[in-house]
Amino acid sequence: MKIIHTAKDKMDHLKLDTQFANDRKKAIVMLKHFLFGLFRAVVLIGISYVILSPVFGIIASSFFSDADNYNPMVFLIPQEPTLERYQIAMENMKYSSTVLVSLLYSLTLMIIQVIVCSMVGYGFARFQFPFKNLLFFCVVVMIIIPTNTIMLPVYMTFRDFNFFGLFSLFGKSGVNLLSTPWPMYIMTAFGCGLRSGLYIYIFNQFFRGLPKEIEEAAFVDGAGTWYTYFRIMLVNAIPSVITVAIFAMVWQYNDTFYAKLFLISPDVVIGKKISTLQANIANIYQIQDSNITQLYLDAGIVLVMLPVIIIYVLLQKYFIEGVERSGIVG
Amino acid sequence: MQKTEKKSIKKHKMTLSKKRSITGYLFIMPWLLGFLLFYVRSLYMTMEFSMSELIVPPGGGYSLSFVGFTNYIYAFFAHGSFVQVLATSVLNMMIDVPLIIFFSLFMALLLNKKFTGRTLVRAIFFLPVILNSGAIVDAMEMSRAMMAGGLSTVSAELTTSSSSVNVGYYIELFKNLAMPDILLDYIVAAVSRISEIITASGVQIIIFIAALQSIPGSMYEVAQIEGATGYETFWKVTFPMVMPHIITNVVYTVVDNFIDSEVVDLAFETAFTNYQYGLSSAMSLVSTVITCLILFIVVWFIQKKTFYYN
Repeated sequence: MKIIHTAKDKMDHLKLDTQFANDRKKAIVMLKHFLFGLFRAVVLIGISYVILSPVFGIIASSFFSDADNYNPMVFLIPQEPTLERYQIAMENMKYSSTVLVSLLYSLTLMIIQVIVCSMVGYGFARFQFPFKNLLFFCVVVMIIIPTNTIMLPVYMTFRDFNFFGLFSLFGKSGVNLLSTPWPMYIMTAFGCGLRSGLYIYIFNQFFRGLPKEIEEAAFVDGAGTWYTYFRIMLVNAIPSVITVAIFAMVWQYNDTFYAKLFLISPDVVIGKKISTLQANIANIYQIQDSNITQLYLDAGIVLVMLPVIIIYVLLQKYFIEGVERSGIVG
Repeated sequence: MQKTEKKSIKKHKMTLSKKRSITGYLFIMPWLLGFLLFYVRSLYMTMEFSMSELIVPPGGGYSLSFVGFTNYIYAFFAHGSFVQVLATSVLNMMIDVPLIIFFSLFMALLLNKKFTGRTLVRAIFFLPVILNSGAIVDAMEMSRAMMAGGLSTVSAELTTSSSSVNVGYYIELFKNLAMPDILLDYIVAAVSRISEIITASGVQIIIFIAALQSIPGSMYEVAQIEGATGYETFWKVTFPMVMPHIITNVVYTVVDNFIDSEVVDLAFETAFTNYQYGLSSAMSLVSTVITCLILFIVVWFIQKKTFYYN
């Protein structure tokens, strides 16, 4: 009797033990999860703050009135918000017309980029020809070589542009294309625009990933090479087309290097207006305090960023998933 | 007459592979022309410019007179700031690139797991890539300084005794602990550049996330069955699989870093503010060669240790 009793006791004890051990394990796992989540949250929130704080700072201070700017108690939330900064910045930048022209300019270049780069990428991905590897290496070289290495010759070329001797063949002298957007159009049409190498690379990787059967089927059905490319391959490449299109558009809109190099008018590239906005307003309205003119600059920056931010918020999904799926990673 | 006939005969006899190779050339033709006209020709011209005195009359065209290596010698031994700016740029690159790579890999590992608000966080991390215009970046930098220093400077102005952290004290403390000066300098430089590092690693994070997602799940299953800990799994599975993309990221980071560096600004100013075109070309060439050299050494070094799955 006693033996049975002790055995039963032991059994109960054991059961409890295992249950306890299980519970403990579960608790440890949960604690680990919680701690990891906490750690992640802290890191992510901290870094997000570093990224977002200047944006919020600019947006907030663009609403500051003079009194808010001089009041040391005001931080981020203005006490007497004003829209005057925006009014004057818009007036000074001729915002509504400039932003339209600027967007149109980037849009045109974006369309050229997509057509040219996808064509070149497709050519590299699907055709075998002599020196192919060497030429593709040249694409990589184009990505690596910084544009400033070639800026002077390109500048000289467009300063006295005769289409590499073609004009003088017909007895005409060169044309000065600087301070028009034409140099940018020409360079982009020849696959040498802003970051064209990267786009060619993206398209190449994507086309290589598509199954060959699609083209073979089209070929059997009697489609020519160019028909296949425009009506079938390009349609299949929509994800990478969207990615490249968005990048080309946004980066072109933001670009000031080429705009400065080719002396493209600030009425076409709105990004250039930012650098002169502060001095302009200080001059016109005779404002001596640079802290106040800084507020106008902030408003101007918000205005310039606005289209990009709108595009980004609307197409945010394509930006990130596009990079992930468009085959940069291969 | 005969020639054209021959040609037409040839055209008839063209094999399919030959036809396809010609079509291939047609597809890459725009880029090929552009590359030859804008890159190869320009690189040659840059070299030519760098060895000559370039005179640009207001009407149009330009004239060159050969001066040998004078521009290079001037840039290195006589120019006020070139050597210093070049050294700082290269040094900054050395500091930034490893940090950006490690940081972006770390962030990719954090962002790869599913959690609430993941899309939002990714959107925030990618924001600097969108807002990378020169003027905007400058203004953001100013605003960041204001945000960071806003309250503390105001309080420092209001109250005579500043309560801010004394950085010098901590540096002295670590120095007394016999930490090597180089390491200490590196850490201080890294900490002071943290915001630049974060804003410069948007694309890299995305590339690493994509790389992480392309690792087959079966590998992790095997590792789990074999009883590998999370630490071991990272070093034996994740890291080798991500390794090839480290090269991609290093190249992207170095190039991106170089485009925004001070040497580029200096070369631009030398050309278009001071009109010393030859000198500017020499500067551009020197800095480009140095960047490419660094790139090749680093890539070669990583490539030796890289494991290719396919």
